[in-house]
Amino acid sequence: MQRSESVRKEAKFIPKGESVRKEAKYMIFQEAEIELLNDKAKQIRRDIVEMIYKVQSGHIGGSLSIVEILVSLYYECMNINPDNPVWEDRDRFVLSKGHTAPALYAILSDRGFYPREYLLTSFRRIDSKLQGHPDMKKTPGVDMTSGSLGIGLSAACGMALGARIKNKPFRVYTIIGDGETNEGQIWEAASTAAHYKLDHLTAFVDCNKLQNDGDTKDIKEMEPMKDKWQAFGWNALEIDGHNIHQVLEAISSAWKCHGKPTVIICRTVKGRGVSFMENSITFHGSSPNDEQFKQAMKELT
Amino acid sequence: MKTKSSFRDALSEALISAGSELESMVVLTPDLAKSVRIMDFRNKFPERFINTGISEADMIGVAAGLTTTGLIPVVVGFSMFVAEKPFEQIRNIIAYPNLNIKIIATHSGICVGRDGATHQAIEDMAIMRVLPNFTVLAAADAQETKAAIKAALQHHGPVYLRLGRDEAVPIYDDDKEFIIGKSDRLQEGNDIALIACGIMVNNAMDAAKQLRQEGINARVINAYSIKPLDEAAVIAAAKETGAIVTIEDHLRVGGLGSAVAELLVKSCPIPMETIGVDDMFGESGSSNELFKKYGLTVENIMQSSRKVLQRKIYAKKREC
Repeated sequence: MQRSESVRKEAKFIPKGESVRKEAKYMIFQEAEIELLNDKAKQIRRDIVEMIYKVQSGHIGGSLSIVEILVSLYYECMNINPDNPVWEDRDRFVLSKGHTAPALYAILSDRGFYPREYLLTSFRRIDSKLQGHPDMKKTPGVDMTSGSLGIGLSAACGMALGARIKNKPFRVYTIIGDGETNEGQIWEAASTAAHYKLDHLTAFVDCNKLQNDGDTKDIKEMEPMKDKWQAFGWNALEIDGHNIHQVLEAISSAWKCHGKPTVIICRTVKGRGVSFMENSITFHGSSPNDEQFKQAMKELT
Repeated sequence: MKTKSSFRDALSEALISAGSELESMVVLTPDLAKSVRIMDFRNKFPERFINTGISEADMIGVAAGLTTTGLIPVVVGFSMFVAEKPFEQIRNIIAYPNLNIKIIATHSGICVGRDGATHQAIEDMAIMRVLPNFTVLAAADAQETKAAIKAALQHHGPVYLRLGRDEAVPIYDDDKEFIIGKSDRLQEGNDIALIACGIMVNNAMDAAKQLRQEGINARVINAYSIKPLDEAAVIAAAKETGAIVTIEDHLRVGGLGSAVAELLVKSCPIPMETIGVDDMFGESGSSNELFKKYGLTVENIMQSSRKVLQRKIYAKKREC
């Protein structure tokens, strides 16, 4: 919280509370602000690499590919309160690609849900609040348990339907992996969201082109991704998922879209930010050794 | 003979009654509203009714999401499609996070009849019972269905309620008290205990009547709460009668019989027989034809009772 406050003070672009949505419609981004968010992304990447290195376990590549999306959501767009993680009007986030929990954990820590020291020493360890995959009952700030692929989008739909039934103003965000769209349940949920016109739901597809066994195009080709979502009745946008300006513009455009859920297809690089991890299938689930860790941290300064 | 009444009509009535009292209750179904007769709920509370279409996995995920907004989702459909098909989703985002969701499953067991093996959920209790945090219940008739739904909604946590397909002979009057973790002793007796659940409770009652004609006093227990099981009642039955037969419209393994055996083996091992479907799938036919072919009739209970009583005599001799 504190660190995020300081960013907010400097940049004056992270509105608090209700003001988020009102101002958001007119978001204009200054280069200096984007630069600060890019710095924040770099810091989150360092935390991701360090927490995985320390426990020698965790999915590093896919965590590094969603950093800009999470930074944009958690520092710019989402209405949350780290002092009250279960605030009922908060915006919700579901990490449907739950194996990339390190990215979410690093962000939540930085936003003040728990200390950074805890983040770096507890991930995937016994008796920890920071489980291998997100756990809504153990981790403050985690809105939905996930990790079994394909389920998160359905849960996000349930949250959005709940908001409507209870007449609550919150928005729901989720990140799905491109490999994860192999799951039939994603398309069941995509149909549900479109059928119920869940325009307060926004999904990001992290298209980093790699999944567990290799290139997504070799395992099961899901392209053309944008056409598929459009055919399912979504407002589909396609952006560079590492360009924070584009991410923010896309979210802003999702807010303006009525009667349809929005999907933001993010073209990303698995392992982004660390040269030898970029586009490497090895770093889907492997952890860096001592030398690789040093090198990675050097590249991320 | 008493007039039979329908599980599904009782379900419809109970949901409307609960929905009127409980504003946070939301009903979900995977395109089975007509089949499970919950159209009245839909018509009365359209804003609290979600038909997810034939997408059971998605439906479970949606239900999980709904709970995070303070709503209580009640998922209604056939056992095969609301328990067995989306089992992994239930395991990972309902049971594991211990969410307050109720799954009400009709068409449980071989009683489903002519639809055949693909629709006869004979493993549902086995798979739901092994899930941590889950409560597993079964209703024997229409009155018990209503009482079970009320009790399930009052309980905080995931509940699976198992119902038969169509009609059942009434066991209870209006004042059935349903307490999770308890059971009902429907008939007193100290020679043997018949422990049944769901539609098999009626067969157990009929078997007890016939046993009495043979001079055997059978205790009949309706173990409507399969998990948590009424351990005190089962142990008391074992100690006081020394012979137990369990009866269920389910596989012999994994359900009520297993729950009773798991308990007795560590607390009071006595001769016990189980009645249920053997290690095989069902087929099309009328319910009665299937009960006969797959060994779930009153006559089967009689045979197992005689067998277990013989074993009880041998056991006593060994003790001497």
